[in-house]
This record gives sequence, C-alpha cells and structure tokens, in this order.
Amino acid sequence: MLEMKFDIVIIGNSAGAVGCIETIRSRDKDLSIAVISDEKYHTYSRALIPYYLAGKIDLEKMYYRPLDFYERMNITPLLGKKAVSIDFKNKKVKLDSAEEVGYDKLLIATGGKPFIPPMEGFDRNLDNVFSFVSLDDALEIEKILPISEKVVILGAGVIGLMAAEVLVEKGLEVHVVELADRVLAPVVDEGTSQLIEKAFEEHGVSIYTGLTIKKLNREENHVKSVVLTDGREINCDFMIVAVGVMPRVDLVKDTPVKVNRGILVNKKMETSVKDVYAAGDCAEIYDFITDDRRLLPLWPNAYYGGRIAAINMLGEEAEFEWGTSMNAMHFFDLYIINAGLNVTDEIAEKEGYEILSRFEPEKKVYRRIALKDELIKGLIFVGKVDRAGIYLNLMRRKIPVTEFRERLLDYDFGYTKLPESIRWNLLKNEVILGII
Amino acid sequence: MPKVVAKPEVCMGCHLCEVWCVVAHSNSKDIVKAFKYEKTPHPRIIVDENLPEVFAIQCRHCEEPDCVFACISGALYKDESGRVVHDESKCVGCLSCVMACPHGGIVIDLDNRKIVKCDLCEEIGFPVCVKMCPNEALIYEEG
Ligand SMILES: Cc1cc2nc3c(=O)[nH]c(=O)nc-3n(C[C@H](O)[C@H](O)[C@H](O)COP(=O)(O)OP(=O)(O)OC[C@H]3O[C@@H](n4cnc5c(N)ncnc54)[C@H](O)[C@@H]3O)c2cc1C
Repeated sequence: MLEMKFDIVIIGNSAGAVGCIETIRSRDKDLSIAVISDEKYHTYSRALIPYYLAGKIDLEKMYYRPLDFYERMNITPLLGKKAVSIDFKNKKVKLDSAEEVGYDKLLIATGGKPFIPPMEGFDRNLDNVFSFVSLDDALEIEKILPISEKVVILGAGVIGLMAAEVLVEKGLEVHVVELADRVLAPVVDEGTSQLIEKAFEEHGVSIYTGLTIKKLNREENHVKSVVLTDGREINCDFMIVAVGVMPRVDLVKDTPVKVNRGILVNKKMETSVKDVYAAGDCAEIYDFITDDRRLLPLWPNAYYGGRIAAINMLGEEAEFEWGTSMNAMHFFDLYIINAGLNVTDEIAEKEGYEILSRFEPEKKVYRRIALKDELIKGLIFVGKVDRAGIYLNLMRRKIPVTEFRERLLDYDFGYTKLPESIRWNLLKNEVILGII
Repeated sequence: MPKVVAKPEVCMGCHLCEVWCVVAHSNSKDIVKAFKYEKTPHPRIIVDENLPEVFAIQCRHCEEPDCVFACISGALYKDESGRVVHDESKCVGCLSCVMACPHGGIVIDLDNRKIVKCDLCEEIGFPVCVKMCPNEALIYEEG
C-alpha cells in the first residue's frame, strides 16, 4: 500500500479547491499540496456545461485554468481516485485505489450530487436518463442528441432551464415539468418568473407547473414516456433530472465532522474537527444577509470559501463575510441578476419588507429591491443588469439607503447618486481628493 | 497594482475619456471610423454622473478582485503585474463579474454577448484616457 503525506490535502478539484490552491500559492510557495478528485479531468467548470452543449465553446474552454495549472502551482493532482474515508485521528484520507494520503490540513470541497426524487419505474440502469452536472453527463447527452427529437426535463430551476434553452435551440421538442406553481420559485419573485416563462413559451418550450413525474414507462433500460401526476403522458427520447443538488457529505457521515444539511463550518471555514475545513456546495456557510448559515451552492461562494479556508490554514485570520445568494443568469436574451434574499410579494407582505420596483414589460425590464431597516436585503434585476455589483457592495457594507433611496431604481445608478460622505468613504483608495 | 485614479474635483464630465477609450480599443484607431463604421462602441471607462457630481471610473485592478472570484469560466484572472486581465476568448458572457464588481467597472457588450473592461491600454502601452483628459482629472498609478 502506497502512503503519501502532504501539508495540505484537498478533496475536490473545482471552484472551492482552486480558490484554496491559488490563495495558498499567492502567499506560500513551499507547502506541499495534493488535490484529489474522482473525476479524471483537469479542473473544469461545470457551470459551462450549457455553453459547451450549445456549441458556444469547445471542450478545451471548459477547463477552468490552463493545462499547466497543477505544474505552475506545484501541486500533486490525484485524479480519477475517490476518497472513501477519512481517519481524523491519524490525519489520513483513504482512497479507493487503496492508497493513503496523510495531511496536516484538510479541505473538503466535495461539492454536490444531483437529487433524484422517487419515480415509479426509475432505476440507475436506465440508459437515457441524465443529470446535468458533470462533464460526463454533458458528453453522454452530446452523444444521444443527434438521435433524439424529444426531451423531458424534470425541474425548472436554474440548471433545468439552462438545459431547456440549449436543447430547444438544438431543435428538440422540450417539455419541462416543475412541481412548484412557477419556474425558479426559490430564486426569483412572481413577476420575474412570469418574464422567464414567457421567454420560454416564445421559444416553443412547454412548461408544466404544479406537476411532477409519477411514473416512467420503459422498454427494458430505456424510458419511452413519462406520466405526470395529472395523468398526462409525454413521449421522450431522453430525460434530464434537474430538481436540485444536495451537498455531497457521505464521506463524513457518522464521523466527528458535524453535518446538518451540509457540512457545518464557522466563518473561518473550519469544521467541528481541528485542521479540517470545508467550502463550496458541500458546506453550510455564513450568509451575511441572514446572519446565519445556509446552503449557498454557487460558484463565487465556493471559490471564496476555499480562499478563506486557505488563509486560515496558513495561520492568518480571515472570515467569510462575503457570501449570500447571488446569481447571474440568462435565458435567451433575458439577462437576470439577483442577490440576497428572494423577497416575493407574499414574503414582503408577511415579513414587512418594503419593495421598490420598476417594471417595463414591453422592454422586458424589471428592477426590484427589497428593503428592511433601511438596508437592501434582496434585489432582482431583469433586462438591465448593468453595475449590479454596486448594489451588492452596499449590501455587504450594510449601508443604509435613507439618503438616496429615491435614486435606487435609476438605471444609471452609481456612486455619484450617493451622498458625498458615503461615496468617498467607499472609494477612498480609488480617487484623489483635496487638490483644490 | 497599476490603475487609473480620478480627481473628481477637476472632472467636468466632458466624456472625452470615453471617446478616446473607444478609439484606443477600435480596429482602426481612427476616431471617425471607430464611431461611424465599426461595431457599437463600448467605452471601458464610465463617466459616473449626477451633475454637478461627476467623475470617471473603470476597472480598479483590485487587490482582492471579486470579479475573478466570481468568474465561472476562468476568463478573468490576475496576472503577475497585478492587472486583472480578461481573456475574451474564454468569456461566455454570464455576467457574474457584473454582479460581483463593487465599482460597476465591468461593461456589458451585448452585441458580442461578452464583457469588456479596462486593460490599461495594454496594446498602446499607456492609458489613453489619462493622456487625453483635458483637465488632468485622471492619473496613472503604475503601482
Ligand atoms: C449546469 C450548471 C450550471 C451552473 N451555473 C452556475 C452559474 O452560472 N453561477 C454559479 O454561481 N453557479 C453555477 N453552478 C453551480 C456551481 O457550478 C457550483 O456551485 C460549483 O461547482 C461548486 O464548486 P465546489 O468546489 O463546491 O464543488 P463541485 O464543483 O461540485 O466539485 C466537487 C468535486 O469533488 C469531487 N468529489 C466529491 N466527492 C469526492 C470524493 N469522495 N472523492 C474524490 N472526489 C470527490 C466531485 O466529483 C467533483 O469533481 C452551476 C452548476 C451546474 C451543474
């Protein structure tokens, strides 16, 4: 049995891992680092799957960092190997190859795994039911595309809708089934859902809300049609299940590492076990808006969580005060950016949020900002998303909007709309004042 | 970190920095051709204006670049000189950087479904906005 030992071991080879690696190397060139992944590929971005399948980028552009990344960072990639258990006492990760990898500090960045709801007729042997989360999924779907005409997608969340867009643009007949009464319900408000539904409708995608799949009709290992909860039957050549991603925490189940829905970490990204950190989709992380931990499975949060873990591993202090829900999405020509809480009309009324909004349906432009205690708690911009980060900055810095609230919906909102004291404080290193 | 810094007290909002930014990033490098015969001009410097308050701002090439942390494609990265670089060939136009940039320094180019941002006029060798500002309201800090 082969034994190895590194100063830092990372399980996972994606956003969280790369955030950790790059941050360590920006401060230290000597520590030994190993990165373990059961996926055999060079670090790639799963968020690019829709762009790849749409033919907008080639396979090489799926790689998140150049091909000499591991070499340049001077790290040891252990790819195509699965971590099967962790011996926290002796600080060792055991791999399915029977190798053992010793660590001084460990980062768990194992990400998520797709959730598959119970459906009569479903089992893992089906050869035409796919997830939409890995490069292997993308390559399988790519293979089946030329011989397919109809697809059923279960789930109208961000991933399901991105899949629907790609496939309808590829000329397929696309049916999307969603249990909630509108698309993207956890992420956006009612008005935004309507704009998105309309865009899909205009492009010929059928969306069935308030329904789910009860049963799969199959011929051997092949799904031929699905039956919805209202009895309707839809034929398909293949199916994509995109109802959500769950934290991948099997590795630490029944270990001293505390897990709720995801691995619990503090603001330093430390788990309940010394020298063991977690970041990314596998973890429950701090949300500065809710002032509490929750699942925030998004690329920027994963990268930044890995970065904060790295700084603390090196003995410096840093806290994860940066993360909240934040999505930049687009469907056809509809661009959407949201951040913070998704304050729907219903929630606003029940929980006492003030909503500022501006809606121009004919231009497909919508801006909605939710305020509480004079702070921005959530925003959704549709159509005009320029400079949205300025608002996210105001949210992060907890700047009360009292003095400029009537400016918040201006399309050209910027720093000159803020009172001078706030403006120059926020930009103090970016401008030169006091010359006249 | 190299960056262009504004002096708001002497900016009069003439927008010439935007004009010359477009020229500097055009194919022809000719002011008339750039505006009249090339694709839609997208200045990478933004005159943030609420008169009489006005100043110009562009990518700050941040020490802690939120856009780089948010970029899903690897198109944005920090190079050895401290610049935040945008590799257009890798950009998929997801606009995660627009969501993340605290300065509003990322410009959306909808025609190409990508973003553009200040590159400190890498091709020319010196930021043209600084050179052409009639009021000397912009200065280049080489960092
Ligand atoms: C189609 C799609 C589009 C998306 N678009 C966006 C977007 O536009 N914006 C956004 O913010 N987010 C987006 N996301 C979400 C984003 O991709 C994730 O938040 C991000 O990938 C999380 O990174 P991570 O480092 O936590 O883990 P992951 O990317 O999930 O990677 C974890 C890695 O660890 C490996 N691993 C797990 N367990 C083990 C083990 N025991 N042993 C060895 N290896 C293991 C996995 O195989 C995987 O390679 C999208 C996701 C998908 C699927």
